[in-house]
Order: sequence, then C-alpha cells, then structure tokens
Amino acid sequence: MVDHDPYDIPLDKFDISQQALWAQDKKMEYFRRLRDEAPVHFCAESEFGPYWSLTRYADILEVDKNWKDFSSEPAITIVDPEEDFPLPMFIAMDPPKHDEQRKTVQGAVAPINLKTLENTIRQRTQNVLNDLPDGEDFDWVDRVSIELTTQMLATLFDFPFEDRRKLTRWSDVATGGPETGVVETDEQRQEELLECLEYFSRLWQERAEKDGSNDFISMLAQGEATKDMSPEEYLGNLILLIVGGNDTTRNSMTSGVIALNDNPGEYAKLRNNPTLIPNMVSEIIRWQTPLAHMRRIANRDYKLSGKTIKQGDKVIMWYLSGNRDERSIDRPDEFLIDRKQARQHLAFGFGPHRCMGNRLAELQLRILWEEIQKRFHFIEVRGAPELVPSNFVHGFVSLPVRLHPL
Amino acid sequence: MPTIIYIEHDGTEHQIEAEVGATLMQTALDNGVPGIDADCGGECSCATCHVMVKEDWTSTVGEPNDSEEEMLDLNPERLSNSRLSCQIAITEELDGLVVELPEFQF
Ligand code: HEM
Ligand code: FES
Repeated sequence: MVDHDPYDIPLDKFDISQQALWAQDKKMEYFRRLRDEAPVHFCAESEFGPYWSLTRYADILEVDKNWKDFSSEPAITIVDPEEDFPLPMFIAMDPPKHDEQRKTVQGAVAPINLKTLENTIRQRTQNVLNDLPDGEDFDWVDRVSIELTTQMLATLFDFPFEDRRKLTRWSDVATGGPETGVVETDEQRQEELLECLEYFSRLWQERAEKDGSNDFISMLAQGEATKDMSPEEYLGNLILLIVGGNDTTRNSMTSGVIALNDNPGEYAKLRNNPTLIPNMVSEIIRWQTPLAHMRRIANRDYKLSGKTIKQGDKVIMWYLSGNRDERSIDRPDEFLIDRKQARQHLAFGFGPHRCMGNRLAELQLRILWEEIQKRFHFIEVRGAPELVPSNFVHGFVSLPVRLHPL
Repeated sequence: MPTIIYIEHDGTEHQIEAEVGATLMQTALDNGVPGIDADCGGECSCATCHVMVKEDWTSTVGEPNDSEEEMLDLNPERLSNSRLSCQIAITEELDGLVVELPEFQF
C-alpha cells in the first residue's frame, strides 16, 4: 500500500494501520481520502484483526463521549492485549470503576497543585536549556524533550532523581515491542516490565505508611479505591501515568520546533509577540496529535453516518485525522500560532477519559517556549527527524538542531 | 433581553445582555468574558465551561443533567452549586442570574 497513490487503491483494501505508512509518513493522504469518501470505514483484514476507522472530527466526538455504547475495555490501542500479561489500568476501564481510580490520583495534577509545581518546572527547564551546547549540532529529542518530560515524571512520582531515565525506558518498553525494535523479544519486554514493578513495589512499601505526601505513588498506596490493587493493576496504572506523561508531551516539545522551522512566518509572529505562546501550545498539540488514535469496542449495534457498527466491533478513533478535518477546523493543514479557538481539538480526547494531564502538558510546553524565547533567536532544524514507526505514538526518535542565541 | 452577571475569580464583574436561547457558555464567549475554555464547543464532554451558580439562583437554574453530572463528578474542584455552562440555556426567567467562575478550569 505504501508505494501507491492512495487514490489508486480500492477503498475496501484500505488498511490505514499498516506500519509502513507511519514509518514513511505517508498516512495523511490516506486519511484525506477516508475523510472524503469513507469517513466510517471498515477494514476486514489487518495485522490487528478487523476494525472500523473513524476519521471525521464530529464522528469521533460522538463516539468518544458516548462511553455507554463504546467501551474502553479491555484496551485502548488497536493492538489487542496480551492474554498472558494483562496490564489493567483505568484508562481501559469503564465507569464506575474508572471514575473511582481516576479520582484517587487526579488531585496530583489538578490546576491548584500545578500552581505550586510551576516554579520547579521553570527552574528545571532553565537548567536544561542553559546546559545545551552552543554552535554545534545536537539531538533535541534526547537533550530537551526526553530530559524535561522525564524530570517532570520523576517529580510527580517523587522518584529517585538519578534513576529517572529508567522511567523513559519503561515507557518505551510498555508502548513498544519487538516490532518497533525497543526490545528483541516479548520475553525481554516482560522481564523489563517486571523489573519496573519490583522497583515501584519497593517505593509503594515505603510510602504506604507515610502520611501527607501527594506524589502519585503515595496517592495510589493510600487511596481508598486503589490501596488494595493487585500487583498487575498497580503496574498497569503506573505504566499509564508514565506513558501518559512521557511520550505525549515529549513529542509535542519536538514537534513545535519542527512546525516553526517549516513555517518561518509563524516563527516571526512568535518572536514579535510572545503572548501568543499559550495559544501556540494548543496549536502545537493539535498539529502533532501525539496519540494518533484511541480504540473502543461497541456495546451494541450502532448507526453512525449511515454505517452500522456491530456489537463487539473494534472502533478506532483517528484523532490525528479528526484534527485535520476541514469540516470542523478552518484551514486545518496550516500551522497558525494565532489560530482562533485553538483549544478546540481532539488530541486530549473527550468524555470521561479526557486526558487527566492536559493542563500539566500545556503548562510544561508554555514554560518551555517562554524560556526558549528568552534565550534563543532561532532553533534551527539541521536534518530530517527520525519518526517513531507506530500508528499510536505519533512522534520522533531524534531531531538534529543547532541553537542561535539572542 | 435577560441580564446575566458573571463574576471572575478575582471579583471582576461582567454584566451581559444575553439572548434568549443561547447557552450561558456561548454568551460568555461571545461577550469576551474570560475564564471559560469550552474546549469541546458545548458537547458536554470536556467540563472546561464550569461555573458556580449563586446560591439563591440554584433552584431556578436547576440540577445538572445526567451526562453533565458524570463530567462534573470527575472535577476535584466541583462544588454543590457547580454546573457546566454549555448545558444551561438562557430564558427570560434567568434575568439577573449571577454565576461565579472558578479560578481554574480542569
Ligand atoms: C500533549 C500531551 C498529551 C496528550 C496529547 C495526551 C493525550 C491523551 C489522550 C488522547 C487520552 C485518552 C482520551 C480518551 O480515551 O478519550 C489521555 C488520557 C490520559 N492521559 Fe494524557 N496526554 C498528554 C499528556 C499527559 C500527561 C502529562 C499526563 C500525566 C499525568 C497524562 C495522563 C493521562 C492519563 C492518566 C489518562 C487517562 C485518563 C482516563 O482514562 O480517565 N497525559 N491522554
Ligand atoms: S463546553 Fe465542553 S462541557 Fe461545556
């Protein structure tokens, strides 16, 4: 499929989930055709079994908010969960259990707490930016995006700071597998995740007794709805918080640099008017859409835009496509840092599962760009970014850049 | 036209002449009242249009509907007089209504 013009392939042969389309960045043209000609599209055969693709903004919103008819269980990506190594987490649970568990931890990232976190985030951002090399090429993903998101996670978990890169590793291992190259075998993946569980079990023991801490681990260990979780469920929810706060924000941090390089006019607007930063942050998140999809299972037969989705069918909501839907977003293929209603995008999802960390992500990105604008006239992209070959994590492995200080 | 009074967290008051039939959320947005994000555009699925109804108005305005209650329930800063402003349609009855805006939308 990847070597063809999307308009030469019959629609019933369309499989947008194919790895190659993502690795080679060919998916957007396929999405355009689906949006125009088959917005509720059934793919009968794929590596991941049969599935429906939703590609228009309005259809995605309708399904996303309707948790009664569309279940998040047992998993939220197109890949079916491993039978012998389940990782229960509240993102993949329906209400009421979902609500109980989410309420236990969401206080840690509630806006009132973020106010107190803001100084720490700014300080760490300043340190990372001040340490960057001058006058030579370096990898923005490694030195800035990964470093900052990992530091942030270590803060939220109150995790031993010097071990923080373990968090990055576990995030990569949890979302990848032998197919994405992060591990050699499934056994290796399981071993590493068990090591993660052991590490966190030690922290759990320490914190279960200590009152008054508001890091994620203490909250899970002490919360009524979570304190009796099984080890699998503990691991699942840890992975959720690690991945949730890691890949996503990381890739938005990289994507902003690329988008501004591709759109020099927008970069000029930013230099002239730093008060556009909060709006630009929303536009970057829409533009990148760091999680390309979420998946649901239909609880009953459901008619959507003229097609009947059958009970038990797998439904993929392609946020990445919905965020480029010209029916709902004005000039969607343009990156406009002063876009009106920039906050109205799908990248955080909608309904009860709407991203719990969305305010934290926006805060981190806002501070990053505020501190960048105080230091650098231009962050120059020096070569092509390497893409993550995944239809779920929509992001970058590396990005060579060079700094031009003010 | 009914008058609606929005009070920001810092106490700033906005007296708005509202159109009957519009929502409380849209009225705020159209008149430049800050503090409401309305990320989902009024679909009752983001909870970023949270307001608190002034105590003596709560019975006139009424209780949250079911899907609104589900979204509000996930907001740690939710109060007993919390509503989602996209779920309240302006009527003549609401003339003089006072709503307070939270410090943050979640
Ligand atoms: C730009 C950054 C981010 C993006 C694009 C993003 C995206 C998403 C999406 C699409 C969902 C699922 C929505 C659904 O199923 O309808 C989600 C859920 C979630 N996110 Fe994020 N996220 C980001 C940052 C974060 C951060 C920083 C955290 C850290 C705490 C986080 C934690 C979570 C959690 C815990 C959930 C599960 C919520 C639930 O099921 O109730 N996310 N996120
Ligand atoms: S605007 Fe989203 S819930 Fe009211």
